[in-house]
Amino acid sequence: MAEAMRHNRELVNDSREQAVRETVERIYREESRRIFATLIRLVGDFDLAEEAMHEAFAAAVERWPVDGIPEKPFAWLVSTGRFKAIDTIRRMARFESDPERVALATVPAKADETIDEEQFRDDQLRLIFTCCHPSLPATTRVAMTLREMCGLTTEEVARAFLTSPATIAQRIVRGKAKLRDERIAYQVPSRDELPTRLDSVLSVIYLVFNEGYSARSGDSVVRHDLSSEAIRLGRVLMDLLPDGEVAGLLALMLLHDSRRRARIDAAGDLVLLEDQERTLWDRPTIDEGLRLVERAFASGEVGAYTLQAAISGAHATARDVRDTDWGRIVALYDLLLRAEPSPVAELNRAVAIAMRDTPEAGLRLIDGILERGELASYHLAHAARADLLRRLGRSAAAKVAYEQALAMSTLEPERRYLEKRLRELG
Amino acid sequence: MRFICLGYADETIFKEIPEEKMKGFMEECFVYDDVLRRGGHFVGGEALQPASTAVTLRFREGKVDVTDGPYIETKEYLGGILFLEARDLNHAIALMSKHPGVRFGPFEIRPADVEINALVRERDERIRAERAGGKAKG
Repeated sequence: MAEAMRHNRELVNDSREQAVRETVERIYREESRRIFATLIRLVGDFDLAEEAMHEAFAAAVERWPVDGIPEKPFAWLVSTGRFKAIDTIRRMARFESDPERVALATVPAKADETIDEEQFRDDQLRLIFTCCHPSLPATTRVAMTLREMCGLTTEEVARAFLTSPATIAQRIVRGKAKLRDERIAYQVPSRDELPTRLDSVLSVIYLVFNEGYSARSGDSVVRHDLSSEAIRLGRVLMDLLPDGEVAGLLALMLLHDSRRRARIDAAGDLVLLEDQERTLWDRPTIDEGLRLVERAFASGEVGAYTLQAAISGAHATARDVRDTDWGRIVALYDLLLRAEPSPVAELNRAVAIAMRDTPEAGLRLIDGILERGELASYHLAHAARADLLRRLGRSAAAKVAYEQALAMSTLEPERRYLEKRLRELG
Repeated sequence: MRFICLGYADETIFKEIPEEKMKGFMEECFVYDDVLRRGGHFVGGEALQPASTAVTLRFREGKVDVTDGPYIETKEYLGGILFLEARDLNHAIALMSKHPGVRFGPFEIRPADVEINALVRERDERIRAERAGGKAKG
């Protein structure tokens, strides 16, 4: 009997331990980046904060089954992490020559961090603005954002960008060293700095999104996840800093992502917008995107992301190509070219003109852009030109243009699309 | 993830360092190893005797040839191996960058080969089971 009772108690303990372990794992998944962001501020160093957070979670796995889950797990993990970091510094202090480090060791660790929700939210902004700091090279910003802010491992980042972990690791190590050496403060940019600093953050998020979106060739699930990661990051930023362009970027990503299932056919080939099966578009995602576009327009400051999202939204609300409001799309491109002139936007405007007016009108514009030499080696310019030539029945010229596009394209689904068109022309 | 850290050092330097200073350095290394242990990162390790104690085996013309001395003549020799558990490569780098040993010579950090290690473990367990079975019968 006693034996059975003890056995029972062990089972209860086991299941209790299991439950606590699951709670810790959930908190790790949901909160670890916030805890990390706060610890960087408290201990003043990325690496020290990472290790401190790691030890705090390890301590939770050990202590919580015995002591029970604390009332405020987040605060418990933050103060435990801080205590662990100070403990490590103290142990090494007698060998330490850096006076700043030694000074840090004398800062008393409070038993419980006072909860200041505002401060914790700012910490996340501090982290993302620091990872996307303009003094870091663009590739480093992307790697640091994905690892420090999103919690991907070095190896996952490397797989997503088809490079080696050693390369990514080096970028991150050098990035952190630069932040240290240049004494770049861990802070939210001031009001006058904010627009340019936010631009840098948004471009990193959009780059991550596109890396996943354009590579959706079915060969790499990890790359696909990059799009979801970018959207998640967009949501976090939207929650922390509901700026017009943040809403615009999130809307743009959602509207693109809503077409995920229609973009690639069963054979893994790329399907152009005009040929997509629109019932496959994800309505709830479209609705969310459209609401965000409205919100961005309502904010009064309409930027390039919002305008691109509005263009994407105009497609999303049309039943088919004929039903599309091409007049509105051209008008939005006109605004976009004023907000952020770029030959690629000009190319897209030319395609919209071809739809609103005639293929000839679009073709004239594309030829004009190509003559300036700006998009001469951009495969999509040649592909767009080829499509218009095909519609005009100028098969020979269309064939040459498709071949030019093919020679410049590196993505497999795009290549297959161009090859198919070439075959159709005979 | 499991990483193997290979610590290299110029052995001649050690001869020039006064004994007292050397003891302090060793102590510092041990204290940091403890920091790694507390974090659950120190999985194991071995310190090696000087490279002059090495013998090297090579397969030559159908048979094994034995020479004394290390495989490669360099300035810095492998002095110790540390098995490290870390979240990813950057975590491993961060942990080993703080190791006092890095001031005396380079660390080479290599991820363990998970696939081959799984095969090795499988064989390990099979032999252990065989031996346990043999004992039970005997």
